Amino acid sequence: MIDFGYTINPDSQIDFDMTDKTLAKLIIKTEPTFSRCFSCGTCSSGCTIGQNNSYNPHKLYLLVKRGEIKGLQEELSKCILCGKCQLACPRGVNTRNILFHLKKYFEINQAI
Amino acid sequence: MNYDPFIIPFIVGLAFLGIVLIIKYYRWISAIPINDRKKIIPSIFSRKILASIKEIFLESLIHRKIFKTNLLLGYMHMSFAAGWLLLIIVGQIETKVYSQKFFNAPYDAIFLKFFMRNKTPMPFAGFFSGLMDLLLMFVLLGVGLALIKRFFSMLYGIEKTTRQTTFDKITLTVLWFIFPLRLLAESFTAATGPNGGFMTTGLGSFFEKFLDVESLAYPMWWAYSISLGLFFISLPWSRYMHIPTEVVLIFLRNSGIKTNNEYNGYSEIEVRSCSRCGICIDQCQLNNLNINPKALPVYYLRDVRENHSSAPQPFDCLMCGRCKEVCPVGIDSMAIRQARRNGYLKHPIAHNYSFSINEKKADIAYFAGCMTHLTPSVKLSIINILNKVGANYIFLDENAEACCGRPQKLAGNQPLAEEIIQQNLQQIKKSGAKILLTSCPICYIVFKENYELDIEIYHHSQFINKLVEEGKLKLNVQDIKGIYHDPCELGRGSGIYSEPRKLLSSFIDLIPTEFDKQHSLCCGGSLANLPLQSQDRAKITSDALSKYMDYEADTLITSCPLCKKSFAKLNKLQVKDIAELVNEALVQDTN
Repeated sequence: MIDFGYTINPDSQIDFDMTDKTLAKLIIKTEPTFSRCFSCGTCSSGCTIGQNNSYNPHKLYLLVKRGEIKGLQEELSKCILCGKCQLACPRGVNTRNILFHLKKYFEINQAI
Repeated sequence: MNYDPFIIPFIVGLAFLGIVLIIKYYRWISAIPINDRKKIIPSIFSRKILASIKEIFLESLIHRKIFKTNLLLGYMHMSFAAGWLLLIIVGQIETKVYSQKFFNAPYDAIFLKFFMRNKTPMPFAGFFSGLMDLLLMFVLLGVGLALIKRFFSMLYGIEKTTRQTTFDKITLTVLWFIFPLRLLAESFTAATGPNGGFMTTGLGSFFEKFLDVESLAYPMWWAYSISLGLFFISLPWSRYMHIPTEVVLIFLRNSGIKTNNEYNGYSEIEVRSCSRCGICIDQCQLNNLNINPKALPVYYLRDVRENHSSAPQPFDCLMCGRCKEVCPVGIDSMAIRQARRNGYLKHPIAHNYSFSINEKKADIAYFAGCMTHLTPSVKLSIINILNKVGANYIFLDENAEACCGRPQKLAGNQPLAEEIIQQNLQQIKKSGAKILLTSCPICYIVFKENYELDIEIYHHSQFINKLVEEGKLKLNVQDIKGIYHDPCELGRGSGIYSEPRKLLSSFIDLIPTEFDKQHSLCCGGSLANLPLQSQDRAKITSDALSKYMDYEADTLITSCPLCKKSFAKLNKLQVKDIAELVNEALVQDTN
């Protein structure tokens, strides 16, 4: 390959037509406030677990919405459902219920 | 021996009931965990039995707690329960006096007036028949009141009544028929033979004028016997199962048994003790604001009993405990809900909870709690007060990385809660503290109930009150008219009512309200209800706040950071934590 002196980053765009939004739709059905989340990150800033670990609830929601649920269960299992994020949320998202249902979803669908 | 074919429905019903009850109670009592079952036998031979008898007398017969709710309602239930029992007891005595024998067939007393056509040879005959008539009148008055209650429940202090099932309605009708049929049967017989009292004889001679009482009396006795038999047969599957079960429940409860982590035989007995009287309905804020009437304990317990309960249902309750306070049977529906929540979520594979403190030793370990970290003014006030009295303390969760374990329990993840509790416990022990101080009632209740700690546990309202009483803190009297809001977990949950009130009334003007102590409202912030939407939470909060606003106080005082956060969000009334108020009122040292 000819060295042009610079590289091209791997393609990181997400084709929303191609992603699997089953889980996102399911969560919106059980907890409609999920669609209100605009990933501001206020939840992550106060998160009990996030104080000592790399755990961001808002990132988790974003991944669910994008359908990138690979490895999500492990990330989700860090959550202890304390509910601090819900009190911090400026959009009135019922975060604790979302996490609760996500946990239950992954328990039932272990294979992912 | 007296016999007539019409007694058969009664005898069959009674025998059937007896057998069913024995089988059912045997099954439920064997389903109680062995450690709890061991408490049953010793409690029969201890003073606990006296407490049980007293409670059975006061609650199952007199219905003291219903009297507390409403006089007329209490009277109605008392006339049914105590009246019926007295009818049975006096009837038995009357039969023994009449027959001059100690033993008699079980139906003799019930149908005495049929078999005893001539009462003249019997001693005290007039006294007995008069007394029996009086008792029958007492019960009939109860039936009359119950009939009126169907249409005008407001008179009985009940706004909304229970929607009964068809089966319960049928059983109810059968029950209502029993006593009027007895009255008619006895009256018709009294008209033909001189064996009645003042009421039955009078009524008999009245009916005699236009009815063929002699031929009608026998069918009436049949009808009376059939209604009794039908009632007995349907009793185990109807809400009237509470009549025998309540007695068993009171006895087991006084033996020290309760619903713990799992739904067991005791819970089965507790569920059947619910008479679906509906006194809890008006207490439930979720129902009053029409948010989720399905969460009502009366329907929840019915669903549990009939196995209709789908899994997510136990999660839609605030667990505020208002229903438990008024329940005439004292059913702990919250414990049943909690027991059914357990095991809903499994233990996570890779949880990342890690909580550790530095090795510093201290006398007081301060655990602020998650919610306190979201209301920093409370946290800072406590720290200021602790510094002021020169306390040797350690701030356990200074970095806000700890959780008490209760949110996981409420979300049905018992194993995770256990693990968090164990980790916290190690850290608390490591600190060597003699006092554990917390600012959050949610943490407080779990420290009290689930941490087996041998050190003193204080909520900050208790702790500050102690400091003031010991003279370590001096407060300036403030010109504040305040209302104290009892947080659910601290008030009804842990029974701490007096300390915060004592502390507040020492330096501000505390206004008493009708929502004080046990009658306190939920702020809507509850961690127990998972699916509750934020707009519904706001509805609960603003409803509670508008009730407090009627008292024209200038500050709403609470001792729970979550309550403070819920109320303060609406921006209608100044909301302060008890610690903040104390911090502002501290007498400054003049150096």
